[in-house]
Amino acid sequence: MATQTAERPADTHTPEAVVVRFAGDSGDGMQLTGGQFTLSTALAGNDLATFPDFPAEIRAPQGTLFGVSAFQINFGSRQINTAGDAPDVLVAMNPAALKTNVEALKPGGLIIADTGEFTKRNLEKAKYESNPLEDGSLARWQVLAFDISALTIEAVKPFGLGNKDALRSKNMWTLGLALWMFDRDRQPLIDWLEAKFKNKPEIAGANVAALNAGHAYGETAELGGHLHQTHIPAVEHEPGLYRTVTGAEAVSLGLVAGAQLAELPMFFGGYPITPASAILHHLVRMKEFGVTTFQAEDEIAAICAAIGASYAGQLGVTSSSGPGIALKTEAMGLAIMVELPLVIVNSQRGGPSTGLPTKTEQSDLYQAVYGRNGDAPLPVIAASSPSDAFEVAIEAVRIATQYMTPVILLTDGYIANAAEPWKVPDPKSFEPFPAKFLEEKNAKDADGNDELLPYRRDAKGARPWIKPGTPGLMHRVGGIEKHVETGNIDYSPANHQKMTDLRRDKVLGVAVPDQEVALGDETGELAVVGWGSTYGPIRQAVRRWREKGRKVSHIHVRHIWPLPKNLGELLAGFDHVLVPEMNTGQFKTVLRDQYLVDAQSLTKTSGQPFQIAELEAAIGKYFDGIEGDEGGEVPANKAQLPEPQSGYDDGTLKGHHP
Amino acid sequence: MNDMTPIETTLKDWETDQEVRWCPGCGDYAILKAVQRTLPQLGSDPANTVFVSGIGCSSRFPYYVESYGFHTIHGRAPAFATGIKLANPDLDVWLVTGDGDGLSIGGNHLMHVLRRNVNLQIMLFNNEIYGLTKGQFSPTSRLGTKSPSTPLGSFDRPAQPCAFALGSGARFVARGFDVSKNLPDVLKAAHAHQGAAFIEIFQNCIVYNKDVFDDFAAPKGAEAHQLWLEDGQPMLFDGGTKGICLDREALELRVVDVVDGDWQAAGVIVHNVKNRSIAHMLVELPFGAFPMALGVLYDDPRPTFEAAVIEERARASEGKEANLAKLLGKGQTWTVSGTAADPV
Repeated sequence: MATQTAERPADTHTPEAVVVRFAGDSGDGMQLTGGQFTLSTALAGNDLATFPDFPAEIRAPQGTLFGVSAFQINFGSRQINTAGDAPDVLVAMNPAALKTNVEALKPGGLIIADTGEFTKRNLEKAKYESNPLEDGSLARWQVLAFDISALTIEAVKPFGLGNKDALRSKNMWTLGLALWMFDRDRQPLIDWLEAKFKNKPEIAGANVAALNAGHAYGETAELGGHLHQTHIPAVEHEPGLYRTVTGAEAVSLGLVAGAQLAELPMFFGGYPITPASAILHHLVRMKEFGVTTFQAEDEIAAICAAIGASYAGQLGVTSSSGPGIALKTEAMGLAIMVELPLVIVNSQRGGPSTGLPTKTEQSDLYQAVYGRNGDAPLPVIAASSPSDAFEVAIEAVRIATQYMTPVILLTDGYIANAAEPWKVPDPKSFEPFPAKFLEEKNAKDADGNDELLPYRRDAKGARPWIKPGTPGLMHRVGGIEKHVETGNIDYSPANHQKMTDLRRDKVLGVAVPDQEVALGDETGELAVVGWGSTYGPIRQAVRRWREKGRKVSHIHVRHIWPLPKNLGELLAGFDHVLVPEMNTGQFKTVLRDQYLVDAQSLTKTSGQPFQIAELEAAIGKYFDGIEGDEGGEVPANKAQLPEPQSGYDDGTLKGHHP
Repeated sequence: MNDMTPIETTLKDWETDQEVRWCPGCGDYAILKAVQRTLPQLGSDPANTVFVSGIGCSSRFPYYVESYGFHTIHGRAPAFATGIKLANPDLDVWLVTGDGDGLSIGGNHLMHVLRRNVNLQIMLFNNEIYGLTKGQFSPTSRLGTKSPSTPLGSFDRPAQPCAFALGSGARFVARGFDVSKNLPDVLKAAHAHQGAAFIEIFQNCIVYNKDVFDDFAAPKGAEAHQLWLEDGQPMLFDGGTKGICLDREALELRVVDVVDGDWQAAGVIVHNVKNRSIAHMLVELPFGAFPMALGVLYDDPRPTFEAAVIEERARASEGKEANLAKLLGKGQTWTVSGTAADPV
């Protein structure tokens, strides 16, 4: 819990939670450092949440402000739901990383900086007029600056690497220091390095040496009061087997599990796009589960091939992010028309158009619920965290195959990339839902002869799934309006009316569990209604107000369409409804439309997740006695990841700054 | 095509109960009949046959063939067909497209299905016009085509379907036309080819682009204007009085006169369906100066995409057990008993 730390002085030796941010050049290996630190944190039994943030450029020019890559982790001995608001510790590998991140650091927080990189040239690139490590401008914080570059070169000397290669181990040196600071075991990381560089023993050796040197430095150097060891006790977790999981991993595992529960081979059609590609990368490694992956020529071909595979009797899946989803839209309409199962995963990013490819947003909700030509309804469900994505993916497969419909699964860039500990589920705890294929004709004609009616529906409104290759069941399907039972072309007015109604009713009839309250009572003064990755900050903000005795509840909606049947009634039990979203109020509009409820919107569209403090402040407006100041827009936050400087400006809107 | 047990059917078995809705006199009728005549000869099984199409006049085709059929969306039929073949490689898939569907909106997918070499038959009905949208010029319309969108005549240079196919990496390229009696033979050759088989079928649009292929397709003068290619046979036409030779210096094909049937003396070349260089020349032969090259222009199989996908999947799965519990618990894990965490 981030505020707990925010309210404590940074040098408390046993805080309940700590936020550490690693920042460096995009070539410095900060994401890897963060990932390995995450693993060691998980192994130490802490709960955690992470926020990887990297520039859209693969190798932005070295030392520049917009080339800074950062990784934030919040870990503690109690439940952690967000990556934390403000860091307690900032590791800055160069001046640009310091400049772009230091404002976020808590007062009194610790800066660890590599003086070896604070050269005149790098200071200029970071637009520093004088060296901040020397000019007193960092007085608000504790500064621990030493020449990590030189120390690394010294440590890896026995391996005979050139300076350039030696400096690549800098991140391991830093990680070693961080591991010492938080009393972490180095061995799992050493094992990992040795396995990773199995064929390059000198690289493995250099990295291990750098890691050990960083660790030893913490242990032996006399660093005054700044640096000390902090032990964060393990959190009380439910007993069981745990691992860390990112949203992209969890979606992939959930899809595979879903296909197994449906007893279907799975076909995945994808096209490279940030931040969705990770799902393709995970699934290509799961082929023993009957998974076929197909990297198509474009987004359209990816979904069309997946529909083709569903038509032929497999579970078709496609995945993309906003712009790619837009391209797939026409094909989704066909899947709705021919009523075939299909799962479409959208890892949302900032938009419109190319927008912010590496930043997160929830702005594709309209696109998912409404964004197709014609009356084209389909179920939409949303994952609320990396680990939740596993169950949501299974649910998507279940709905798609049981109702013969495409389903959109919404995640976002934050969920896709962020990691959290996950209690490994027992596959047996999920009820199987085997897919059924029609094997013989399903009706009798007027003369009593067997007849095939490809669009005759079951009690759920689903038509039969008929695999080509089945003897005697030849039939034709397509995107032209079809007869209500035979599926033959039928443009007649009454038929189109009927088919439009049937398609709508089928989707509205999807069995959705009743909405539960995530935190708080079922009635009260204020319901804070969220969906997707805002779960963590909303939960923490609501908890804090509840601790102050306010009648606030957190409702988090997984089933975006159709909505849970009791949701309208549930919302009616609250005086006010606030809907925080990382968009301009899309779910709010859906709720207003469906329930005529006076839902207020709290929006944030800076490509940054909500911070707990921001939500806490927004909730507070309901109890401040001032009428009409509720809801509104949360501005871009200079102190938060992604920092404004990771774009191409200095964080102000030129000429328009208030 | 696939090695399936031949099934005995008749033309009637391949007709659906649906009323055919093309304009009277449309070339599509003749193609439909040719296909329905060919399928029994191939021993095809209706239950194992899938016709996949995009959008346009030609793409209504699946509704009229008593097999499995999927009328998809504009230009994307190759992508659907790829998914179908990867999900079930045993299905015999015929893809039906047109010049607009296959070369304009769907040009990208056509290119990729050919280069990947998915094992299916692609029939591109080329009528050089957009029929279903009422007569706009298409990517194969000749320069100067007057249409509702080009009242002064079109000025886009036309695409050449067979050259496009060959350039995309196709290993089988053939040509025929709607009313040709040879069309079933071309279809059979395409079916026999393992891999993506591309067939351009000139098709007369009676309403919007009437008789544009008459120069070579009309019975009158057919001999002089049609060069039917056959593997291992000399490239002769016009009753054997003319032939095609290779100018070895200019590296181009020429028409030569053949006297008294002595084609060898005239230097006429023998068609070799595996000769890719000659195939490149054949697909580019300008009609007028040359007859229309028809039949199998090129046929040199390579391993199919499905085979590679299956092989790769087997390789990737080798020695791996499909154990979900193990998969979920993969990577660096730890167990929690009470509060202590132990690395696994």
